[in-house]
Amino acid sequence: MTAAPGIRFSGRASVDGVAVFDRLELVLEPGGWTCLLGVSGVGKTTILRLIAGLPTGAAFEGAIAANDGAGLGARVAYMAQSDLLLPWATVEENVTLGARLRGEAPDHARARRLVADVGLDAHAAKKPNALSGGQRQRVALARTLMEDRPVILLDEPFSALDARTRAEMQELAFRLLDGRTVLLVTHDPGEAARLADKIVVMTETGAEEVATPPGSAPRAMSDPAFHAAQAALFARLGAA
Amino acid sequence: MRYLGGILATVIALGLWQAIVSLTGVRRFILPPPALVAETWFDNRALIFEHTLVTATEIGLGLLVGAVLGIATALTLAASDFARLTVRPILVFTQALPVFALAPILTLWLGFGMGSKIAMAVLIIYFPITSAFFDGLMRTPPGYLDLAQTMGASKWRTLWRIRVPAALPSLGSGLRLAAVYAPIGAVIGEWVGSSSGLGYLMLLANGRAKTDLMFAALLTLGVLSIVLYLTVNWLTLAYLKRHSPGV
Repeated sequence: MTAAPGIRFSGRASVDGVAVFDRLELVLEPGGWTCLLGVSGVGKTTILRLIAGLPTGAAFEGAIAANDGAGLGARVAYMAQSDLLLPWATVEENVTLGARLRGEAPDHARARRLVADVGLDAHAAKKPNALSGGQRQRVALARTLMEDRPVILLDEPFSALDARTRAEMQELAFRLLDGRTVLLVTHDPGEAARLADKIVVMTETGAEEVATPPGSAPRAMSDPAFHAAQAALFARLGAA
Repeated sequence: MRYLGGILATVIALGLWQAIVSLTGVRRFILPPPALVAETWFDNRALIFEHTLVTATEIGLGLLVGAVLGIATALTLAASDFARLTVRPILVFTQALPVFALAPILTLWLGFGMGSKIAMAVLIIYFPITSAFFDGLMRTPPGYLDLAQTMGASKWRTLWRIRVPAALPSLGSGLRLAAVYAPIGAVIGEWVGSSSGLGYLMLLANGRAKTDLMFAALLTLGVLSIVLYLTVNWLTLAYLKRHSPGV
């Protein structure tokens, strides 16, 4: 993996002349987790998709730049709420999908190591329908890691999981994505309070950085400071 | 339990048939009783089998050629904007022509043998297969395409590794539909001009007022069609279940 860049996003997006967001600025710190927190429909996913270079259906005027001056195109990996596992491919085939789509020879040894890292060594030859929702999202995480990109874009990847599985996945993802520039889009104040090195709250009126709770992420859920931060973030979402 | 409904329906249908014959006293060459049809079928089993083999071959080859052509067309349409722009209107126009009306021309061009019947079957199933598979190829879940794009996939590899496998259930529906249509195409071809096949046998029997033989051939054709459909249905579903479990 190449060094993780910081990313500066600024501009406005509109659909049929109606602004999705206006004069918005977002800075992703190099090698850290930036959580973009907001209610549904506020344009968080549009920002993430713009950074990923994916179609959004919105007209965007502005700039997206890495602080090292190089392009972002081939440096991002993307993980969505849906695991996007191909139902006809085994776990290992899903993890090596990127190489096969680029016509490269897949590094099977590395794929098996990553499958083991997410705790699924016994399931490498299974197809996705034989796995639970949490296991499937682990495969998606291994697939993301396999791409070995310095910038990771996470679009609510944990929100469809049950509470315990979600907490486990958050810790696993945080550990395995260490050192990369991560943008986590989420509507869950608890998730932002747990994982963020930097929290940006996005409402209809714009985006604003909010102080992170004390201590380094991932923060323990038993910590009173975590609860206070979660409540404060929740209030900010409601106050919009 | 699974087959009980079918057995019951057969018994009721045969009962009704016999009741109509007994109650109305209709002449045998208008509507022969079921027992006579069964007897005729048994007496002529070698003849019927011979013609069934011809029709079955026509249907089978028609299905094979039609499927290959339909799959190739759908792939071309999905891969190329230019093909979509130019080939699609032609396809739609050819669908506006009643395929039956082409049967005499096909016989003129390809003769009285199997060729014209296979061509009829191909023509009749080509569009359902093309359109079902093409629809599937154009309805790839957008999330897969997002993922492929961020992975730096080429257009062709995306087509081959994601869009085609994701469209196989749609292709399966097209093939099942084709299995229903193909016998119609073959038999129409035989009606227009032929010297063998179940359609030919039916015309022959009808012309000589051997209505019992006509019914025997008709029922054989029905059984052949059902067996064909069940086979294609079973094969496609079993393959999909293995290929993409849980979809």
